[in-house]
Amino acid sequence: MSVFVQYLVNGLTIGSFYALVALGYTMIYGIIRLINFAHGDLFMVGAFAGWLVVAAGAGMHLPVAMQLLLALLVAMVVVGLLAMGMERVAYQPLLKSSRLAILITALGVSLALENGAMIAFGAGFDTYPANILPLSGFHLFGAQVGYVQVAMFGLAILLMAGLYLFVQFTPVGTAMRALSFDQDAARLMGINVEGVVLITFLLGGSLAAASGVMMGLYYTQINFMMGFLMGLRAFTAAVLGGIGNIPGAMVGGLLIGVLQSLSAGYISSQWQDVIVFAVLILVLVFKPTGLFGERVVERM
Amino acid sequence: MALLEVRDLHTFYGSIEALKGISFQVDEGEIVALLGSNGAGKTTTLRSISGLERPRSGLVRFAGQEIQRMPAHRIVQLGLGHVPEGRRIFVNLTVEENLSLGGYLLRRTPHEVHLRRDEVFERLPRLLERRHQLAGTLSGGEQQMLAIGRALITRPKLLALDEPSMGLAPILVHAIFQTIAEIRKGGTAILLVEQNARQALRLADRGYVLETGSIVLQDEAKALAENRRVQAAYLGGEPEVAL
Repeated sequence: MSVFVQYLVNGLTIGSFYALVALGYTMIYGIIRLINFAHGDLFMVGAFAGWLVVAAGAGMHLPVAMQLLLALLVAMVVVGLLAMGMERVAYQPLLKSSRLAILITALGVSLALENGAMIAFGAGFDTYPANILPLSGFHLFGAQVGYVQVAMFGLAILLMAGLYLFVQFTPVGTAMRALSFDQDAARLMGINVEGVVLITFLLGGSLAAASGVMMGLYYTQINFMMGFLMGLRAFTAAVLGGIGNIPGAMVGGLLIGVLQSLSAGYISSQWQDVIVFAVLILVLVFKPTGLFGERVVERM
Repeated sequence: MALLEVRDLHTFYGSIEALKGISFQVDEGEIVALLGSNGAGKTTTLRSISGLERPRSGLVRFAGQEIQRMPAHRIVQLGLGHVPEGRRIFVNLTVEENLSLGGYLLRRTPHEVHLRRDEVFERLPRLLERRHQLAGTLSGGEQQMLAIGRALITRPKLLALDEPSMGLAPILVHAIFQTIAEIRKGGTAILLVEQNARQALRLADRGYVLETGSIVLQDEAKALAENRRVQAAYLGGEPEVAL
């Protein structure tokens, strides 16, 4: 029992990181029907941006809380802007051409970001300072729950709730939902579609960056390829939840995190990704619309 | 002076020339009908005016400004409303949200949006009963009313309507045309694309007939309704009358 709860707690923690990245996949797919393969790499850039800020903050002897807050904010802003630039430069010119052209471009952007990070930060591992976070925690059903885990999970949920409220209740959020349904009709409402798409990339990018900083702090090691696997897992989470569906991405992320943690614990950590990606295949075969996805409507 | 002036407009889909240099105009407060069979270019004309298609050449002037290169959302801002073919309401949003989106340009003054939404409800009371329903659950006629109401929120100077009566029962067609007449009484000019040529010509002041991308006839609505060629082609005129 206590072991199971432990796996569950760990799974929910990393699952919340997956969910933040999965949201970006799902939002971008929702509005421009693009699987943005470079999205996982935004998460990686976020981890490095946060790492640089923490290092600089430590150099200036800032208090730890301040370092972390700055790391999070700077990473979110920088990666949000990077995501907007990526959309403007690489995707927007291709929105009217074939799906394949833009998909291949996304792969290209992904490679550019990975190799750019390798040139900038080297091919090895960099580490967040290990002693920066408290190790203390409390016991729950015999499992050890770190305060850090609770804080990270809480922050992730807070960001997701914020996004959800933004999309549901602000005019720009409503415009996002409208244009995900019918772009031409949205234009006729006076919605600047290009502008709303940019805002979507900004939001998706900053959520991925927040996830990257938290992942870096949690596992301490970061590397230029860390976005690749994260991207695949988060994509699986988005598909599991129903691609294009925001609550679906949140739930999908948490489920994938827990599934991965349980399979690593009860089977073997070498099998965890086999199991996660088997889920991807099963979902695509048996319920391609995912847990929350609506019937996929073919549009002209 | 013309509210909308279109001169020598050419629009292409790939290498196919859908509009082969059409010219027409709509004056303030006027109802102008655009007639023609399927594929004549009626919808393309409206899409080229409202910025959804980019014309290759030609001029579109609306309220004194050239708009042929303007993005669609800026054209709406100038006061040109377009209710597209097939209604294109947001079926995943409620009636109220649909109307609010119609007022997207006024989003910084939510009070104004509410005010105008209530105006629309007043004009189209069926929508008020269904304000919290998802738009996809409305009947065809109600959906068309919603599409029109959504475009009215911005109080357009010109409303372009693409086949508003398509797929509706006769009694609803009547209601829609009545609504259009009322909108014009409010001072809004109307550019009406219709399959139902008989009804359209009864309502319109003037009309144009499109055939494969060119305007082949233009006249007062009454004269068009009596034109034998129009009767034969679009009004189901009996052959003996045509002869």
